[in-house]
Amino acid sequence: MSDNGTPHGEVVGHDSDGYGATAVRLDQGHIEGTGGLPERFENPGLPPHVARMADHDEKAAKRAEKQVATLFGLSSLFTIVFVVAFFAIDRESTTFIPGIGRTSLYNVVIGVCMAIALLGVGVGAVHWAKTLMPDEESVEYRHTQRASDEDRQRVVSELTQGGEKAQLGRRPLIKYSLLGALALPPITLVVPLAAGLGPVPKDALSKTMWKKGDRLVRDPERTPIRADQVTIGSVFHVLPESIKDSEHVLEDKAKAAVLLMRLNPEDIKPQKERDWGHEGIVAYSKICTHVGCPVGLYEQQTHHLLCPCHQSTFDVTQDCKVIFGPAKRPLPQLKITVDSEGYLVADSPFREAVGPSFWERGHA
Amino acid sequence: MSTTQTSRGADRLRADDARTEAPPAAGLKAVGGVAGWLDDRTGAAKPIGYLMKKVFPDHWSFMLGEVAMYSMIICLISGTFLTFWFVPSAGQVVYDGSYLPLRGVTMSEAYQSTVNISFDIRGGLLIRQIHHWAALMFIVALSVHMLRVFFTGAFRKPREINWVIGCILSMLALVEGFAGYSLPDDLLSGTGLRAAEGFMRSVPVIGSYLSYFVFDGPFPGEAIIPRLYSVHVLLLPAILVGLFVAHIGLVFVHKHTQFPGPGKTNDNVVGFPVMPVYAAKAGGFFFIVFGVLALIAALVTINPIWAYGPYDPSPVTAGSQPDWYMGFADGALRLLPGWLEFNAFGFTFSFNVMIGAILLIPVMYGLMAAYPFLERWVTGDEREHHLLDRPRNNPTRTGLGMAGLTAYGVLMFAAGNDLMAIKLGLSINDITHILRAAFFVAPPIAFWVTKRICLSLQRRDRDLVLHGRETGRIVRTADGRFFEQHEPLDEYTRWLLVQHDKHEPLQLTAGTDEHGVVSPTARKDKVRAALSRFYFEDRIDPVTPAELAAAHHDGHALEAIEEAPHEESGSRPALESARREPPKRP
Repeated sequence: MSDNGTPHGEVVGHDSDGYGATAVRLDQGHIEGTGGLPERFENPGLPPHVARMADHDEKAAKRAEKQVATLFGLSSLFTIVFVVAFFAIDRESTTFIPGIGRTSLYNVVIGVCMAIALLGVGVGAVHWAKTLMPDEESVEYRHTQRASDEDRQRVVSELTQGGEKAQLGRRPLIKYSLLGALALPPITLVVPLAAGLGPVPKDALSKTMWKKGDRLVRDPERTPIRADQVTIGSVFHVLPESIKDSEHVLEDKAKAAVLLMRLNPEDIKPQKERDWGHEGIVAYSKICTHVGCPVGLYEQQTHHLLCPCHQSTFDVTQDCKVIFGPAKRPLPQLKITVDSEGYLVADSPFREAVGPSFWERGHA
Repeated sequence: MSTTQTSRGADRLRADDARTEAPPAAGLKAVGGVAGWLDDRTGAAKPIGYLMKKVFPDHWSFMLGEVAMYSMIICLISGTFLTFWFVPSAGQVVYDGSYLPLRGVTMSEAYQSTVNISFDIRGGLLIRQIHHWAALMFIVALSVHMLRVFFTGAFRKPREINWVIGCILSMLALVEGFAGYSLPDDLLSGTGLRAAEGFMRSVPVIGSYLSYFVFDGPFPGEAIIPRLYSVHVLLLPAILVGLFVAHIGLVFVHKHTQFPGPGKTNDNVVGFPVMPVYAAKAGGFFFIVFGVLALIAALVTINPIWAYGPYDPSPVTAGSQPDWYMGFADGALRLLPGWLEFNAFGFTFSFNVMIGAILLIPVMYGLMAAYPFLERWVTGDEREHHLLDRPRNNPTRTGLGMAGLTAYGVLMFAAGNDLMAIKLGLSINDITHILRAAFFVAPPIAFWVTKRICLSLQRRDRDLVLHGRETGRIVRTADGRFFEQHEPLDEYTRWLLVQHDKHEPLQLTAGTDEHGVVSPTARKDKVRAALSRFYFEDRIDPVTPAELAAAHHDGHALEAIEEAPHEESGSRPALESARREPPKRP
C-alpha cells in the first residue's frame, strides 16, 4: 500500500490531473486557444538599442577615428612601397618563407604590398562603419510584388488594343508570315557557323598513321629500336618513324602514340597477343579507351598499365583487358615484327580505332 | 556604461523611419555644380536618392554572395590585364625566354606567352595568380552562397526566377573556369582538353562530328585555343555579367530577405541604409576580398604551368586533377563502371563516359533549378516569403539538401581516389568500390541523420522556451526537496524560437465526387499528398502561448511536455483516415 494510496493501489490526486481551467494539457498534443490566450506569440518588436562605446565616449570615438586614419594611412604608405619594390627588387632573387618554402622574393613583396594597400582601405572603411556610423536599424516596408489589378488590366488592354490597331487579328496573312519571318532568319547565322566550324570526320577517327613496315621509334628521341635492346620489364614510349614527315605532329601523335613492353612469353596468356608481338615484345596503343588520356603508368611486376586520369587498369598479360576502372575496351594492340636489320617495325596498321569510343566506331 | 533605449514596437519604428532622412540642403552647395548639371540632364537625383536610402539587413551569410560578386569583378580586372600579353594561338614556336629549363623546347604561342607573363612581365605572375585564385574564390563563394539560399529557403516566392538565374550563373561559371584553365595549353590543361574531346565523342549519333566541329578537325588542332579564348574573354563574361546584373537587379526589386528575429516581419526590412553604412561596409568589403586574394596570390603558387611543360599528347601526367569545381564530374567519371559502354545495332553507346561528362552537370543544375517549383507544389504555399527559414525548422528540405551535398561530396572524394590511395596507403580499387557504394548509401543516411538532428534542435528550442534557461542555482524547498531554478527567456530571445510557421501535410481529398466519378487529378493528388506527408509527417510545432502558460502553471507538466509526442500531433489522424479510405473505382 502506498502512502497516499486508495484501496486499489492507484495513485490519484496527483498534480498531473490538476490542470487549471485556463491552460491545456500538454501531454495530449497540440491544443490551442483555450483560456483566452492568443494562438501564437506576438512579435515583440526590436530589442532595446545598445549604444557603442564611441556613441557616448568622445575618447573612444577619437580612438576609433585614429584607428581608421591609421589604416587608411597604411594603405597609402604601402602603395608607395609597392611602386618602389616594383622597380627596385631583382626579379631573379628568391626567399624562404616558413611553411611555404622557397619562392620569388619579387612576387611576395609586391603581392604583400598590394594586399596591405587594399586591406588598409577595406578594413578601415568597415571599421569606420562599425564604430562611428549610425548603428540604429532603419526599417523599410515591403510591398507585394504583384502590380495592382488596374495596372495589370491596363497592360492587357493596351496590348490587345495595340494588336487591334495593328490589325493583327484581322490580317492572318501578316500574323503567320511574321512568325516565320521572326523564327527563320537566325538560321542564316546558325548554318554558316555549323558548316564553318570544322570538317566532317569521315573515317579519320578510326585511322592512325601506322602502316606496314613503319619502324617503331623512341619518343621523344625518335631513334629506332632493335628487338635486342628491349629487355624484359622495360617499357618504351613509341611513335611511328613516319612522324618525322608529318605536317600535323600533335594530331598524329595524339592517335599514334604506342607503348612497347617486353614480357616473359610464358606470362602472356592469349595466343593472339603472342602472335602479334615478337618474342614477348608487345606494342599497345597508349591512348586510353576511356576518354583518351595517355596510359602512362606501367607496373613492371604485375604488367598492369594504369591511366593516370581515371585509373582504368589494363592487364598486359591478358591482351590489355580492362581489369579495373571506367574503361570498357582493351587497348588495341599493334602487330609488330622485326625488319632485316633487326629493328622493330609495324606489321600492319591498327586493326581498330584507337582512343575513346564514339557512336559509329563499330563501322570502322 | 551603456545607454539603452526602451523597446520599440513596429509602429514606433515607422515613426523613427522618417527621422533617418538626411537633413536637406546640407552639402548641396558643394556638389551642386556637377551633380546639378547631371541631374538637369538625367533626373538621376530621384532614383539615386532612393537607392541611397535603401535598407539592407545585416548577417554574415549575406556576404557570401558579395564575395562571389567581388571575385567576379576581380576576375574581370585581372583578366583584362592578362589579355594584353596572352597570345591565344596554338602556333608552334621554340622558347627562348628567361626561364632556363624550357629554353629550346617547342611549344605553342599560348604556352609561351603564359610563361612570359609569369617570368618576363613585371607583376605578371602576381596578376596571373590573382586571376586564378579569384576564379576559384568566385566559384567557392557562389556555391556556398547557393547553399545558404537553399538551406534558408530564400528561393521561395517571389524569388524563384532569381534562383534559376543563379543556377545558370553557377553552371556557366564552371564552364568559364574550365575554358580559362585550358587556355595556357600546358600539359595538365591539355590533358583536360584531351578528356573533354573524349567526352564529346561519347554523345550518341553526333559525337565524332561534335568533336571535329569544336576542334576544327582532329584533336588537338590549332583552333581550340583561339576559340576557347573568345568564349572565355567575350562570350561567357558577357552572359555572366548580363545574368549577374539581372540577379542583383532582382535583389533590389524584391528587397533582401532577412533572418527572423524580434522586430523583423515578412513585411519589413530591418537593417542599415546604403548611405553611409552599406556604402562603407560593402565598398570596404570589396577591398578586403581583393586584398585577401592579393595576399594569397603573393604567397601561394597556383597552377605553375612552367613546371608542367607544354602540351604534348604523349607524356604522362600522374596525379592529374582538374580545378576543384570540376572535381565532382571527374569523380563521377572515375566511379562509373565500364559495363555501361555497350554495342547495340552496330553502334557504340558509351554511357560510362556520357553520364558523368555530358549529363551530370545539366541534370544536377536542372534538379536544383526545379526544386523551388517542386516544393511550392508539395506545400501548396502561394505566399511571398521574405523571412528566412532557420534550417532546422524545415527538416525535410535541410535533409534533402544535405543528401545532395553528400552525393556531391562522394563524387568530389572520388576525384581524389588516386591521391587518397597514395597518401593513406590504401588500395585504389577498394576506395573506388567503397565510393561507388557510398554514392547510393550515404545520401539517404545523410538525409535521415540531418532530419533527426533538425528535429532534435527544434525539440531543444521548445524545451528552452518552456523550461527557460538553467541558472545553476539549486533551491531547497521547505519540505526538503531540491530543484534547479530555471529562468524564463526574455521575449526577444523567445521570439526567434517560436516565430516559425506550423507545417501540416496536405489533406488527401477523396478521389471521387458524390456521383462516384473519379477525379481527373486523383493520381496527381495522391502523389502530392504522399510527398506532403514525406515533408511534414515528422514535425515539431512551435510553442504556443497556451503551452507556455501550462508549463508555468504547473511545474510537473514539464515532464509531461517532454513525454508528449509532438510529432504525432496535428492533422495526421485526419490523413490516416483519408489513407484508410482509398478512392472507389466505378
